[in-house]
Amino acid sequence: MSQVFGPWANTVAKLSIVLGVFFVAGSLALLDTVTRSSYVRYTGIARAQPIPFSHLHHANMGIDCRYCHTTVEEQAFANIPPTKVCMDCHSMVWSDSPMLAPVIESWETGEPIQWTRVHDMPDFVYFDHSAHVNKGIGCATCHGRVDQMPLVWKEQPLYMKWCLECHREPEQFIRPREEIFNMAYEMPENQLELGKQLVEEYDVKTHNHRLMDCWICHR
Amino acid sequence: MGKCTKKWPQWCIRMGVLSLVLSMTLLGSGCELRKKMYDQPRYKTYAQSDFFEDGASARPLVEGTVPRGFLREDGHFYRGMVEGNFATDFPDRVEITEELLWRGKERYDIFCSVCHDPAGYGNGMVVQRGFKAPESFHTERLRGMPDGYYYEVITSGYGMMAGYAAQIPPEDRWAIIAYVRALQLSQFATWDDVPEAVREDLEAGVL
Repeated sequence: MSQVFGPWANTVAKLSIVLGVFFVAGSLALLDTVTRSSYVRYTGIARAQPIPFSHLHHANMGIDCRYCHTTVEEQAFANIPPTKVCMDCHSMVWSDSPMLAPVIESWETGEPIQWTRVHDMPDFVYFDHSAHVNKGIGCATCHGRVDQMPLVWKEQPLYMKWCLECHREPEQFIRPREEIFNMAYEMPENQLELGKQLVEEYDVKTHNHRLMDCWICHR
Repeated sequence: MGKCTKKWPQWCIRMGVLSLVLSMTLLGSGCELRKKMYDQPRYKTYAQSDFFEDGASARPLVEGTVPRGFLREDGHFYRGMVEGNFATDFPDRVEITEELLWRGKERYDIFCSVCHDPAGYGNGMVVQRGFKAPESFHTERLRGMPDGYYYEVITSGYGMMAGYAAQIPPEDRWAIIAYVRALQLSQFATWDDVPEAVREDLEAGVL
């Protein structure tokens, strides 16, 4: 009876180990790519909503972000407006449109509209809108040009790495307070210089990289 | 040294073990565990609730109750009323400063200008889109109305206009009234009202 494994088996054994390493590394790379893909993160994907509400249209009419998102300057949570705010105008404007039917229905029944959430921070992250807005971080820095989005999508992936880019060097992204709600704001050429000045002026706590402490976001 | 390490150098084994451990941790934490930490069993603002019948975790105020800190006894400041009549002046705790006027302008531009337009004539963008035009702030009737009347309209609405109590806190309502008063003044200002210091700029069209 001849040997089951001839000398070739040595080659196969070594080869399978080498290929195994590639397989593991490849799977890891694949996993990483998938979890960071827009398919999983929903970046750049316009989300369907119960009413095709267009930020593009409403912003172009000159309505300030804060007309609807009233709490953004004072509270951690930037509120989604209640149906009442829609009805401020739509009690008369376009009130017969079939697209608005869910708003009218919500207004009549008192049943809230169930919007699809676009930006959902994990529950283990503490995020405060008012802190950012009052210290010189504009809406568009994180949310992108919402004023140009017919249906809103997520512009940034919201990785921890992405948050830290700014927490490490806020001077790269900070802007004057008067420009927070200016969606078309562009950073000046001397951004670093101006940024450092604003960080100081707004008392952004960059000393000892304090914004990089774990507890700043995980409390 | 064992037999294995002779044929397979130590770094090779280390790398193998490391990648195994890494992939196990990543895959293991990838699913259920991570999900539970992302969505913890507690209510965040506006979170959905299985407990309440209407599915909302944010509860409306129980009828006939006043939350702590919302007693609002100061009728002048919180309702614009003094002894049952519209207040004819600003409450004591509102000091009219330049800062207040700028605040009023900012809030007016956010909440009021959509209909009343930036100058207060009532031809804002929403009116141009079909909303009933509000009365101009510069009519004789409105110029003669007391401050408390404006407060009441901002708070509870008037005609087709909805109340803005939920969007504009009392301090800001007074700031807006101060700014509306400034707008009313501006439309009837004469050359004599212009301070000496800015006349030159005004003539040159700088302001």
